[in-house]
Amino acid sequence: MSGSDPREQLVDHLPALRAFAISLTRNGATADDMVQDTIIKAWTNIDKFQAGTNMRAWLFTILRNTYYSNRRKQRREVADVDGVFTAHLSEKPAHDGRLQMTDFNKAFVKLPDEQREALILVGASGFSYEEAADMCGVAVGTIKSRANRGRAKLVEILGLSDDEPMELTDSATMAVVSAGGKSSF
Amino acid sequence: MAKTEREINSGSSAMIDQNLKKVYDDLAGEEVPDRFKDLLAKLKQQDSGAGDSK
Repeated sequence: MSGSDPREQLVDHLPALRAFAISLTRNGATADDMVQDTIIKAWTNIDKFQAGTNMRAWLFTILRNTYYSNRRKQRREVADVDGVFTAHLSEKPAHDGRLQMTDFNKAFVKLPDEQREALILVGASGFSYEEAADMCGVAVGTIKSRANRGRAKLVEILGLSDDEPMELTDSATMAVVSAGGKSSF
Repeated sequence: MAKTEREINSGSSAMIDQNLKKVYDDLAGEEVPDRFKDLLAKLKQQDSGAGDSK
């Protein structure tokens, strides 16, 4: 006899769910379709939600499973990146001025889905590696490895390195990005 | 002993996570389109409308 209907909580998670969807799909229309599907699935399968567990994790899991299942059906590895990701975000540089957000976003959208997903889950949404592994249905080590490879790839694309000061100008970053991986080590 | 994965220094790693958080927070700070709230309202209405036994 639970007091409140867990479906009442769905609305509270919509902003985070949508942020995750946009990060994962990199396409505004696809992201919103995924969110809509997730809301309907969550509503109609609310009996499968275990009270007391993390509803956000549950919703994210539904969304990413929907996304990967669609991706498999469409047999399409190359997503339709529509710029929603970079366009929607503010242009102001990070407070310490080290990285321009647009540069970071351009690099971020180049990562494979699985690495981007791992980074958003553990790096940004505050889930633990264990929770993320659970949500993605893989081992903890796999999530760690995806996140590490994602970070390493970003470091490479953005031209950050251990011995250089982490100072980036727009033009330097653009040169790295347009060189398309011809960076030498 | 070759490393299987390239190590990145903690400074770069922290900066990347800081940027990830900013990206995510910016997106999560956006206004949620009305269609989702409308959808929830519609689902709720359907359920209460079909008030027969489950």
